[in-house]
Amino acid sequence: MEKRSFWRKFRTEYIGKGYATFCGLLLVALTLAIIFFVASKGIRTFTHDHYSIVDFLFSSKWQPDATKPLLGTAFFIVGSVIVSLGAVIISAPISIGLAIFMNLISPKLGRKVLQPALELFVGIPSVVYGWVGVIVLVPFIKRCFGGMGFSLMAGMIVLSIMILPTIASLASDAIKTIPHDYIEASYGLGATRWQTIYKVVVPACKNGILTGIVLGLARAMGEALAVQMVIGNSFKFVAGLTKPTITLTSILTMSMANTADGTPANDALWSLALLLLLISFMFIIIIRLIGRRGER
Amino acid sequence: MNAKTWDKIATVVLYIISMLIVVLLVGFIGYIIYNGRDSLNLHFLTGDSLVDQAGGGIGPQLFNSFYMLFISLIITVPIGIGAGIYLSQYGKQGKILDFIRLCIETMASLPSIVVGLFGLLVFVNMTHWQYTILAGSLAIAVINLPSMARVSENAITAASSKVKEASLGLGSTEWQTIKKVILPSAMPQILTGIILAAGRVFGEAAALLYTSGMSTPALNYNNISLTNKMSPFSLFRPAETLAVHIWKLNSEGMVPDASKIATGSSAVLVIMVLLFNFLARFIGNKLYKAYSGK
Repeated sequence: MEKRSFWRKFRTEYIGKGYATFCGLLLVALTLAIIFFVASKGIRTFTHDHYSIVDFLFSSKWQPDATKPLLGTAFFIVGSVIVSLGAVIISAPISIGLAIFMNLISPKLGRKVLQPALELFVGIPSVVYGWVGVIVLVPFIKRCFGGMGFSLMAGMIVLSIMILPTIASLASDAIKTIPHDYIEASYGLGATRWQTIYKVVVPACKNGILTGIVLGLARAMGEALAVQMVIGNSFKFVAGLTKPTITLTSILTMSMANTADGTPANDALWSLALLLLLISFMFIIIIRLIGRRGER
Repeated sequence: MNAKTWDKIATVVLYIISMLIVVLLVGFIGYIIYNGRDSLNLHFLTGDSLVDQAGGGIGPQLFNSFYMLFISLIITVPIGIGAGIYLSQYGKQGKILDFIRLCIETMASLPSIVVGLFGLLVFVNMTHWQYTILAGSLAIAVINLPSMARVSENAITAASSKVKEASLGLGSTEWQTIKKVILPSAMPQILTGIILAAGRVFGEAAALLYTSGMSTPALNYNNISLTNKMSPFSLFRPAETLAVHIWKLNSEGMVPDASKIATGSSAVLVIMVLLFNFLARFIGNKLYKAYSGK
């Protein structure tokens, strides 16, 4: 057979392979660039302004514009953690129930109604969730529980709806991977459908469900505008379900434009962005660990 | 109580949960569209927004949303498909591929506000462009790329399983196989992915607050320059999208009918999301039928 010349091979193979490889590497470069740039700004609070990391994370004195700025961010962090955990606690049981229903109880309704419904839930923009929260949920909470209405509870409820499709679709994927033999065997032994679900199905896919929950938590932590619109944004620790509080992402969206580049206040905001980045890393590592446990 | 009663109770409870979710969705979408119905007219959709009096529209914001989506897709689609090809066909199993996957996972899980701040730092400040459409589009592209790469990878892997060996056996190179055989049959799935992603980024706001800004200059629609600040098609002008507009109305709305505009804009956004979803399904089905010869 005649050997192809280099030029011909270049045209028919190398150029395409080169392009595809370039795109793959571009994603790596982009990820590293994001980490590098956010980190290089984020560590300025500690390297340039010589603020202590312990004070930054655990103090709650936030006076960034004072002559001797105080940059304690504890209540942003606590606010984010509580509102996200609350959202997951509301959302996880419902999502898992949905996933079970879609796969084991009525696959037809699941495919025709619930699957498209979940896709729409994903598609609805977060500002729309936020806005509906402001005009429906907030007045409702105000009427039932008094207070402002803008509250931790409003944030949790809005977030729980937003992360529902994430948890439900991952749990559903996990249920799909269970060998059908398990279920048949359980039925064969005389178990009812519910016994099969909670004795066989749920234990068999607990890693998948856990992954869904962690991803939901990650999404809740990073969500910015919807939460900011309903949570009230008071610079205080969480005081109760119906009291306003503030999150990491809220302070970033609200204050970034109001601080001058290079000031301690601005640096502190970048440190919070870096913190968000590190939190999302942490979640990826947790998900990988869960996955590895599943392989064993 | 015996096992059978429990089984019945559980079944009923799961039915109720599922129905509640569907009711919630229908109620949510119905509520927004019903309350925003007054705004669904040409005057509101194309009119300029007014600063200090009622009756303004969302024309520029709507245009900005579409234009920015278009620009960001021009950036995302070729790179996303290229990366998908690499991941599915050229990448060798091993450390490097694992690392690339880790990077994609990392990018996919970044909060969009962090992407926006990265955009502020690099596309706005370091380039000295200030708030621009291009910066906004690049930020959206960063958000969209991981899912684009993943969708392409899955589509290409699925499409290549049967035909690849045959094509290579006929003497074509790997790239020729990908370009002429695999990509065309992976296209329906990729296209569905693109449209769904488009629906998602259409409503993106957090990443745009600090990249494309929260204002739109006065536009002259006869000007089609890509760089002139007056031109609606300029890549180098600030642009407030519809989603950002809603956020801004809520946080600092000075217009007397801010609430009405925000509800109307929400209705428009939700209708767009519905359209994108139906379109994705429709095109997916059509192309699937065309390619599978039915």
